[in-house]
Amino acid sequence: MSENVHNNVPLEYSTDEGQNSIIGFWIFLAAEISLFATLFATYAVLFSRTADAMEPAELFQPGIVLVMTVLLLTSSFTCGLAIHFMRQGSLKGTQILLGITLLLGMTFIGFEIYEFIHYVSEGVTLQSSAYWSAFYILAGTHGIHVMVGIGWMIGIIIQLFQHGLTAFTARKVFIVGLYWHFLDVIWIFIFTGVYLIGMVV
Amino acid sequence: MQLDEFFVTGEPLIYIGMAAIVLVSGTILFVLTYFKKWKWLWAEWLTTVDHKKIGVMYILLSLAMMFRAGVDAMMMRLQLAFPDMNFLNSQHYSEVFTTHGTIMILFVAMPFLIGLMNYVVPLQIGARDFAFPFVNALSFWSTFFGAMLFNISFVIGGAPDAGWTNYAPLAGSELSPGPGINYYLLGLQLSGIGTLATGINLMVTILRMRAPGMSLFKMPIFTWSTLITSFIIIFAFPILTVALALMTIDRIFGSHIFTLTGEGLPMMWANLFWMWGHPEVYIVILPAFGIFSEIISAFAQKQLFGYKTMVWAIILIAGLSFVVWVHHFFTMGAGAFVNSIFSITTMAIAIPTGVKIFNWLATIYKSKIIFGTPMMWSLAFIPSFTIGGVTGVMLGMAAADYQFHNSYFLVSHFHYVLIPGTIFACFAGLIYWFPKMFGFQLNRKLNIWAFWLFLIGFHVTFFPQYFLGLDGMARRLFTIGPEWFTLNFISTAGAFVMGAGFAVFVYCIVYSYFKSTRDLPGDVWGVGRTLEWATPTPVPKYNFATLPDVKSHDALIDMKEDGETTFDEDKLESIHMPNYTGQPFIMTAIMFFASFFLVFEWITLASIGLIGIIVMMYVRSFDYDGGYHIGVDEISKIENSLRGHDNE
Repeated sequence: MSENVHNNVPLEYSTDEGQNSIIGFWIFLAAEISLFATLFATYAVLFSRTADAMEPAELFQPGIVLVMTVLLLTSSFTCGLAIHFMRQGSLKGTQILLGITLLLGMTFIGFEIYEFIHYVSEGVTLQSSAYWSAFYILAGTHGIHVMVGIGWMIGIIIQLFQHGLTAFTARKVFIVGLYWHFLDVIWIFIFTGVYLIGMVV
Repeated sequence: MQLDEFFVTGEPLIYIGMAAIVLVSGTILFVLTYFKKWKWLWAEWLTTVDHKKIGVMYILLSLAMMFRAGVDAMMMRLQLAFPDMNFLNSQHYSEVFTTHGTIMILFVAMPFLIGLMNYVVPLQIGARDFAFPFVNALSFWSTFFGAMLFNISFVIGGAPDAGWTNYAPLAGSELSPGPGINYYLLGLQLSGIGTLATGINLMVTILRMRAPGMSLFKMPIFTWSTLITSFIIIFAFPILTVALALMTIDRIFGSHIFTLTGEGLPMMWANLFWMWGHPEVYIVILPAFGIFSEIISAFAQKQLFGYKTMVWAIILIAGLSFVVWVHHFFTMGAGAFVNSIFSITTMAIAIPTGVKIFNWLATIYKSKIIFGTPMMWSLAFIPSFTIGGVTGVMLGMAAADYQFHNSYFLVSHFHYVLIPGTIFACFAGLIYWFPKMFGFQLNRKLNIWAFWLFLIGFHVTFFPQYFLGLDGMARRLFTIGPEWFTLNFISTAGAFVMGAGFAVFVYCIVYSYFKSTRDLPGDVWGVGRTLEWATPTPVPKYNFATLPDVKSHDALIDMKEDGETTFDEDKLESIHMPNYTGQPFIMTAIMFFASFFLVFEWITLASIGLIGIIVMMYVRSFDYDGGYHIGVDEISKIENSLRGHDNE
């Protein structure tokens, strides 16, 4: 009813509002798992249905995807460090680490765009076949999520400059962090389930 | 694009529809302007974040949609009343059954129940509002604009015509070009965002904001059913989101997920659709069960029999609802083994449902029933729904389903579960909580008329359809042969009786608004058992001045014994309230236009709309409005004036 203040917990958990938002976001991530699970299932069902287009094994290269994986995993680590600095009350540390996370995320997206353009130049597009439609939609949905995360994080870094570390901004940093780690987990499934399997089958 | 390609032309019935739209919107605009109500509309309703007002708006939307989809139903029944009727042509008939089904499920059943949840759940658990009032407003407006987008299809561009299940490949761009199916995909997508957000919102609200002492197993049963429903929403709606998005990309950007070319798999649509669609059935039935449980226990003046088994039955049904989807297409040919598995899981649902039926009967057993109008709907529900449930088990037997599939037997079955289940619950729930919402009772006599007309009309309409189905009449036929004339004619007659029942119900609301007395006590019916009846009527905007310690799931009964109220002057504290904001309305209005442009595949305009949405999200993110506080003095003043008649 009234705004209870909780002591002896991290800043982002110190208000009821903050706690509710964080739990709400966890539940939202559950819905996101359902969303990606559906996309993975569709991809699996349509696997090998390439029609006249190229097979994935002819196209997928381990190098670029491995670089992307390292970039995104590192960004997840720096994002975790940002939360660590936030817990220590270091505004500057939080901002710098979030900034590094952003740069890594942007590089990831740059590579992904390059990769898609490369595939299209080789002649496989969204319209090529059921398999390639499913591939572009699954990888693309993850890519769009990363882009949303980048836009979101930029907004939060600006708000940190405006308001400093408060219960309100700390909650926002924490939640965008949860989102970022989630995208990392999804990428691991895409890396193994789509790229590694696609290279060998 | 020519104007006559934009507007649907050449159909006299659609011209009537256009005239009706112009007339109704014109009247609304005139009334608002004439009585200078624009400012009131914006300040009190369009910008509200109050769960009570949002709940009322959901219910109003649902009643309006019930009228629209009900007219669709009447048109279909007229066309089928006589052999070889020429009232609707086959194309128009396809559009009408598509919009009827889609609207009834997504824009009648869901908003009605979510509206009741909106209003009642925070009151039942002793919360001031939802966990996220802003998101709640956003949910409502996206549902509203989704419904509007879907509804304008029949005058602008043409209505969808591939059935409410929208099966591929029929719904693909090759066989259904044009904007019709796009309306279906984007209208549902837009409202689906709202539903998912509401699911999350309700779950956090129930898990985190209960009154002191109210452990999970002391929650009222309607709150329990809402919690489980929100769980289903959270896991089922993303599947619909993906399915709709995939088909949208297929149709607009040329991918091959569900197409016949490029090795796409049309059957994948049926799977994805029903992986959402079957849980959806339980999204609209579980809250209904909750409403009936509340009403039956209140008007039988007894504690609900088997409260814990009720809860476990709901949980079990929710779990099973995710593993039965194949029973919607046994005839697709998945093979005997797969069909057997899904046959067994389907029939298993009858067990927890049966537990609930017997619990209701045991609650009534040896009780002193008060025949309030909500109770009449609830008592009519039990036998009517059981007929629907038993025929459902018949359909669940895979081998027999080859006979029943896509016949009127099926049509009758799902109307027998959805009408006595969901629609009766909506009426019962609305009548039950109506005085709490609006501060006056609905007229009993008119209500009883509405009840009997609707109930008798319902059975006369749908009972003959079982036999039509067994007689070989297929679903979605647009004309009938003479051998099916008699039963179809009876069915049509029944439909008009049902329609009359709905009309009397609406008239009852208008009549009661002018005639009923105001100044009601908090526990309006005198039989309330849960916290919502502990508040004064009408409910103050902050809901509860103070909260009691909850000791059982019949919190009000305990409070009455202990002489407690929700206004304990010693415990008063100032209450934090969120400010109203127009952002949800504006954001979803932009979404509406962006989706509309995408329906016509005007990509540039749709992209501009997308930018608008992103800008609005940024505006929200940078909004640090912290709300305001209602002071102790003001609370005392409000409570004393509202509780005046209790003290006399």
